[in-house]
Amino acid sequence: MKRKDKIIRFAGLSLLIPLAACKAEVLAPAGDVAARQRDLLVMSTLLMLIIIVPVMALTVWFALKYRAKNRAADYAPDWDHSTKLEFVIWAAPLLIIISLGALTWVGTHLLDPYRRLDRISEDVPAAHDMQPLRVEVVAMDWKWLFIYPEQGIATVNELAVPVDRPVEFTLTSTSVMNAFYIPAMAGMIYAMPGMQTKLHGVFNNPGEYKGIASHYSGHGFSGMHFKTFATDEAGFDAFIEKTRAGGGTLDRARYLQLEAPSENVPPMQFAKVDPTLFQRVVNMCVAEGKMCMAEMMAIDRQGGAGLAGTMNTAPSHDAQARGSRAPVLGWSPFQVASYCTPEDSALMFGRTAQVVQAPMDLTPLRGRALTPPRSALAPSHDNDVTQLDPAPGQARNF
Amino acid sequence: MATFSNETTFLFGRLNWDAVPKEPIVWATFVAVAIGGAALLAVLTKYRLWGWLWREWFTSVDHKKIGIMYVVLALIMFVRGFADAVMMRLQQVWAFGGSEGYLNSHHYDQIFTAHGVIMIFFVAMPFITGLMNYVVPLQIGARDVSFPFLNNFSFWMTVGGAIITMVSLFVGEYAQTGWLAFPPLSGIGYSPWVGVDYYIWGLQVAGVGTTLSGINLLVTILKMRAPGMTMMRMPIFTWTSFCANILIVASFPVLTMTLILLTLDRYVGTNFFTNDLGGNPMMYINLIWIWGHPEVYILILPLFGVFSEVTSTFSGKRLFGYSSMVYATVCITVLSYLVWLHHFFTMGSGASVNSFFGITTMIISIPTGAKLFNWLFTMYRGRIRYELPMMWTVAFMLTFVVGGMTGVLLAVPPADFVLHNSLFLIAHFHNVIIGGVLFGLFAAINFWWPKAFGFKLDVFWGKVSFWFWVVGFWVAFMPLYVLGLMGVTRRLRVFDDPDLRIWFAIAAFGAVLIACGIAAMFVQFGVSILRRNRADYRDVTGDPWDGRTLEWATSSPPPDYNFAFNPISHGLDSWWEMKQAGVPRPTAGFMDIHMPRGTGTGVILAALSTVCGLALVWYIWWLAALSFLGIIAVSIAHTFNYNRDYYILVSEVQATEDARTRQLAQGA
Amino acid sequence: MSSTTTDTMGQYWELEPHHHPEGASTSLGFWVYLMSDCLMFAVLFAVFGVLGTSFAAGPGPKDLFDLELVAVNTAMLLLSSITFGFAMLAMAKGDKGGTLRWLAVTLFFGLCFLGIELYEFAHLLHEGAGPQRSGFLSAFFTLVGTHGLHVTFGSIWLITLMVQIMQKGLIPANQRRMACLSMFWHFLDVIWIGVFTFVYLLGMI
Repeated sequence: MKRKDKIIRFAGLSLLIPLAACKAEVLAPAGDVAARQRDLLVMSTLLMLIIIVPVMALTVWFALKYRAKNRAADYAPDWDHSTKLEFVIWAAPLLIIISLGALTWVGTHLLDPYRRLDRISEDVPAAHDMQPLRVEVVAMDWKWLFIYPEQGIATVNELAVPVDRPVEFTLTSTSVMNAFYIPAMAGMIYAMPGMQTKLHGVFNNPGEYKGIASHYSGHGFSGMHFKTFATDEAGFDAFIEKTRAGGGTLDRARYLQLEAPSENVPPMQFAKVDPTLFQRVVNMCVAEGKMCMAEMMAIDRQGGAGLAGTMNTAPSHDAQARGSRAPVLGWSPFQVASYCTPEDSALMFGRTAQVVQAPMDLTPLRGRALTPPRSALAPSHDNDVTQLDPAPGQARNF
Repeated sequence: MATFSNETTFLFGRLNWDAVPKEPIVWATFVAVAIGGAALLAVLTKYRLWGWLWREWFTSVDHKKIGIMYVVLALIMFVRGFADAVMMRLQQVWAFGGSEGYLNSHHYDQIFTAHGVIMIFFVAMPFITGLMNYVVPLQIGARDVSFPFLNNFSFWMTVGGAIITMVSLFVGEYAQTGWLAFPPLSGIGYSPWVGVDYYIWGLQVAGVGTTLSGINLLVTILKMRAPGMTMMRMPIFTWTSFCANILIVASFPVLTMTLILLTLDRYVGTNFFTNDLGGNPMMYINLIWIWGHPEVYILILPLFGVFSEVTSTFSGKRLFGYSSMVYATVCITVLSYLVWLHHFFTMGSGASVNSFFGITTMIISIPTGAKLFNWLFTMYRGRIRYELPMMWTVAFMLTFVVGGMTGVLLAVPPADFVLHNSLFLIAHFHNVIIGGVLFGLFAAINFWWPKAFGFKLDVFWGKVSFWFWVVGFWVAFMPLYVLGLMGVTRRLRVFDDPDLRIWFAIAAFGAVLIACGIAAMFVQFGVSILRRNRADYRDVTGDPWDGRTLEWATSSPPPDYNFAFNPISHGLDSWWEMKQAGVPRPTAGFMDIHMPRGTGTGVILAALSTVCGLALVWYIWWLAALSFLGIIAVSIAHTFNYNRDYYILVSEVQATEDARTRQLAQGA
Repeated sequence: MSSTTTDTMGQYWELEPHHHPEGASTSLGFWVYLMSDCLMFAVLFAVFGVLGTSFAAGPGPKDLFDLELVAVNTAMLLLSSITFGFAMLAMAKGDKGGTLRWLAVTLFFGLCFLGIELYEFAHLLHEGAGPQRSGFLSAFFTLVGTHGLHVTFGSIWLITLMVQIMQKGLIPANQRRMACLSMFWHFLDVIWIGVFTFVYLLGMI
């Protein structure tokens, strides 16, 4: 079975060797996730070629054979139906799609970007107690901010990760939608303002790889790329040390400066970073006095803030900033003022800082969304990936 | 970027001299357009054609003339859309090794947005609407559509939308958001000036036209079929048009409402698609694709019909598997509403949601595959004449399967994670839209041109155009597949990696080949028009291809009333059966024919809507209010006109038919 | 021409004069239009479904809605639907005066509905709960406002039609228009039932 797989894969890949030679990163990646995605790509292509090739061949054959000049060929002007043939022409695509559908279902669940990796590479399963490296990613106008919460450092437009250690990216954006993509490592996922997405990936080969923004996000989009360094553990530690030694602090005030649009930004390092910063970014309350989304959602869950809720607004902290909305017939930009004291916020984000780890699930077919069926009416948290839960740690159905 | 200001004055809103672009490229274009436009106006005035144009064309409610006007609009806009494409190709091959290319981001971002919007809304849509308008009533043996005035109005609204979009080239800017204008980027916070407003109002004005023409054709097909033509005896092109119009009626309202909500966000400050205050940008992306996916089937379905008609006609054979073809079309129609999420697998929906939409997408390939086999088996044991329409059809079959395959590939979510938004995706949808929609439209033009104008198109230049197009397409888009596999994203303006350049160069060369194909096509039109009276071009029979359906039963071009007597259908290929049965053409016993009367109301209403749209773009409130009141007043006034029809007298019918009898005798 | 060829000709061409009723497609066309309009409302309902609880720490439905007022409002619109039905009955009897009178009554109820709705909107704006305050209020104002705009245009159409009936009487063209307007009016009623249920009643629970 395994051997057969390899043969199929080899056959598929050999077709693509000329492409792989020209730096086709998607076809020759350096990480296990991207490699499995590539395998699926190749297998699906081969599956479809089973029907595409005969169709193209038949087209050419019929087109030549039944040309009007060829009087030797049959001519049956009233022949327009054959149950057997019609059965075949519906059944053949159907069979291919059934196989492809099965492949898709399994592949989609196994390669769900939210799913913790169950293997480091083809031959090395992930140890049960292996902790992925956590990186928090913020798409900004037009640069990428990477926060290493465990190491307490942050970088801009530069990412370093150890090889053979899974990386868990948690992503958001400050302004508009974007997509985070390191082609050699794993597929892309959107980074969206006020929302949080996740991506798991791993590098198996050390080296320098490109990382890109793969969703158009405005004028500076073309320059919004970064270098990814996959190194061994020692090299990664050296990178951390170097960054720590370099000085610089990324606190909320510095973040608000950084948020201003800039293009083709060279890499930056920060030795220290506000531990609640990423949560504040996701909750869109980095600016002082602005109500965090988590708080807002908690209030909304109680049915809103009552008529008093019409009063708790304040002019925007910076009405000139990009993204501040001043519609011509509307109202001047405002924000909802926070009720919480700084202590409350500390408490709120303090709790969030506890790491909520999804239990590793090594059974091959069951992805995150394949939890055993509960009552049909029970609330589903299947897609609860968008906004931060005000009480994290509970009800996260990974 | 041009300096802009949203400060308004009463008289001109936010319009001021800063709105005139400073870029030399735009200036040169403006001068060229101005000279060309002035020359055209001069010619029209010199030959006193204005009255003729107004009476015979602009105010006409004849479905044939409206259909032709739609296609003319599409061809004009096609030139603009293609110019955008060439500029992008040039920029992408230029901007390497530290070079910024020749376009700044403000300009380049408008170009790729405009290219997408124009090609979909103002080229492909008018093209197929025009085609359906021309052919469907003839195929079902009707004298016009159900609502002829509405038809004229719809056309002019489409023109209005196109005008609004074109004005943005010279006054202000166009959207820099990509062709679907995803918020928050398209919100007032991130796109504060007029670009997105041009986008919105251009699409809204045209969208009204599209929806109304969808309703019109739908009702026409249901209500105006010739006696004896049951649903399962409708020609296949009529069937696919029917399904496309169902899709139009059931999806364009979603687009309209989504854009209204975006407009409210931008003008009034509501919170539908905003980041904060409870808005939800993901909702826009869902809504716009709930329209957007059916839209691609609106584009392709009628062309599937064209390929069926062409294959069957030029193989000299009944269409293989007519009913399975119809069921396949209906399947596609229904399924096209169940797949929209495949446009954003990467948004982070759960694996179950993603696989559901992935698999529904793949299921669409089953009926599509069945159609392909049906065409194949129509050719099988046929006697295929390789006229131009048939050549385009074979090219389509070979090209489209590749596009279909890469489409199914993108429907596998994990594969989409590595290919989404990449140039692979760009190559895929150009593969299906050029290889399917455009090749189909070219087949249709070559097929029905003799019907519309009474003479065939030149074969030599047609073949030149064909080979440039087909080869050019493959040369232009195969490199994009490769670049996609190299992890290159769409909409990039500058590049670092020198290895990519060769592929962009090949693609640019392909674009040059396509440009030659387009030029050859216009030469083909010109040459054919010049030689229209030559015997080998002229179509006196009304049936140059030995056709099968009713449009070939009347003269080329058909008289105003299409058919002197309503045809009666006894089977699928009504005209073929008439020919087989040797039914003579009625030459006497004509009656007065009841026809709708032309009206200028449609032009006036559309003009007012265009002015209203432009006024809203520029915040010129008094003009917007005035033109809106004008729209209401003219609409009401129109309802007081009860005198909307006239009779073509029997003497005139007799004269027309006698002329045709003489012509047929000459040809025989 | 021999009689057999005329027979085959007659099988394939409609040689006898055939009466095609004028405007036969109108009612189907109008139905299709209403369905497309219905889709626009479907979008608005879906949007309200998504944003209906996004109060952005602002007021919610319980703080804002006055159910009694809305009930009166609903009654106005339902009554106008009934009176439109009476107008249609009068038209069926060929009673021009009766038709016009019932149309006037319908218009009166329609305008009452609009008046009450405008009062409600003004009240909300005065409270500071305008459409800009939260996603919920944006969706509310747009859904209810779009319905209100439809009623407004329906009223303008109704006035126009009254003038036309006065001028031309109950001719077939006007009867067709009456039938279309009545479908439009009842359609708005059905939409309002949805609004009343999903926006107001469910919001107050």
